[in-house]
Amino acid sequence: MERTPVVSGWFSGDGDDFRLLGTRCRACGSVFFPRADAFCRNPSCDGTELDQTPLSRTGTVWSYTDSRYRPPAPYPCDPEAPWEPFTVLAVELAAERMVVLGQAAPDVTTADLAVGMAVELVPGVLHRDAERVWGTWHWRPTGVAV
Amino acid sequence: MTGDIAVLGAGLHPWGKWGRNFVEYGTAAARAALADAQLDWRDAQLVVGADTVRGGYPGHVAGAAFAQALGWQGARVSSVYAACASGAQAINTARAQILAGMVDVALVVGADAAPKGFFAPAGGDRPDDPDWLRFRVLGATNPVYFGLYARRRMARYGDTPQDFAQVKVKNAAAGAVNPNARYRKAVSAEEVAASPVVADPLRLLDICATSDGGAALVLSSMAFARRRGVAPVRIRAVSTVTPRYPRTALDLPDFATDSAAAVPPPEVGFRASIAAAAYEEAGTGPADLDLAEVYDLSTALELEWYEDVGLCPAGEGAKLLREGATALGGRVPVNPSGGLASFGEAVPAQAIAQVCELTWQLRGQAGGRQVPGARCGLAANQGLFGHGAAVIAVR
Ligand SMILES: [Zn+2]
Repeated sequence: MERTPVVSGWFSGDGDDFRLLGTRCRACGSVFFPRADAFCRNPSCDGTELDQTPLSRTGTVWSYTDSRYRPPAPYPCDPEAPWEPFTVLAVELAAERMVVLGQAAPDVTTADLAVGMAVELVPGVLHRDAERVWGTWHWRPTGVAV
Repeated sequence: MTGDIAVLGAGLHPWGKWGRNFVEYGTAAARAALADAQLDWRDAQLVVGADTVRGGYPGHVAGAAFAQALGWQGARVSSVYAACASGAQAINTARAQILAGMVDVALVVGADAAPKGFFAPAGGDRPDDPDWLRFRVLGATNPVYFGLYARRRMARYGDTPQDFAQVKVKNAAAGAVNPNARYRKAVSAEEVAASPVVADPLRLLDICATSDGGAALVLSSMAFARRRGVAPVRIRAVSTVTPRYPRTALDLPDFATDSAAAVPPPEVGFRASIAAAAYEEAGTGPADLDLAEVYDLSTALELEWYEDVGLCPAGEGAKLLREGATALGGRVPVNPSGGLASFGEAVPAQAIAQVCELTWQLRGQAGGRQVPGARCGLAANQGLFGHGAAVIAVR
């Protein structure tokens, strides 16, 4: 089944080309994720032209945690299935000088992680239902096999 | 400096979980505050409600809902929403009208009947709302963010889960002697450690619950207070700041921080700027504080507040806790009310309840949790989406 992005315009590509998509202000160079398309949010810039820009594919762990309980709606999950905790990473991107959240790839637990560890962006599946496979982004420690 | 206003009355409906109409809790708190002020409801020229938002809609838009419940009497009305900072914004709305000479006496009310479990966004398909999206895309409940902050402190400063547990032990001890707290029982470090992990490294007893409760204040001009011959607790400053770009501290409900690639980050981060603005307005500093009420949504977050309100340098919050400085009997007790750890969060009421606690402490009416000789107190909190709020009260 074709993957449907859980949110459109935030990521694209396959395999090593998979990237988060931000925007960059033509006037001041500020980068935004999630994307800002209409106005630059730098208070000393009145830029209105922002170009799509892929964010760095690799970064370092700023922090991490997990969700031991099922989040409420609209988190997509099968309420009948037993709850499987997922891990959440906050990842520092050096070039962009920003921290971006994401779930970890499946089977990555907090025990596998440390602050400062190198991670990379990989395509992932948020949820499968009868009609669709919802695609998302995952962070995964580098050098770990899929 | 902007000039003082007087706190003539403070009142709470106790915190708990009953699921009754929030208007009932707010009305009870309002009546208690009016009785404390020895004023009649008909003396209030302004009623300000901190909005109670369920499902994204401020049911019974708060200011008018309380005015109706108390009996329509024609007062001016204002209703304010700023998430967890709603109560502080409501106080500031009343303060601004008092200082502008528009009214002499104002009643400020906030109350909530919180749902069970995690806070969740309003329903429907709303991908333009970052708060909806963080649940949809990341499953990022509030405790997920609290867990990220806590782990970051452990890695950066060497805080331990035992330090976090000690915050709960401290606040539970204070809450145990507060008749308005929801949880009025001592908690041991072992009990915290035995509670289930919610968002690693935080456990159930590290994270504040959601509660029902109501809080109210009667505020007036200093001239009105003097005419009545009282020497009241005074509110000297209310900070209501937003962040400065680029905001480099990760915050709810965001997916990312601002980028600091094109513009360097401000010298003072957002949370520190909340208290700094209040100190500047009041002409005081952290050394003047006898006590502080801070927004301990999690135990680890309380330690962060110690640093952000200037009680100690960055990274030394746990040290201050270990020294006992922030416990009742310490140099500067923090959350002598028992904090959110003992109350649970009743969103629109909470920041008002913080100021009720300052009022009782500064009057010397705080009973078994009294900070001896308290003359200056700070209440600080932060609402979703960048609503900073801090109140400084003095006597
Ligand atoms: Zn710009």
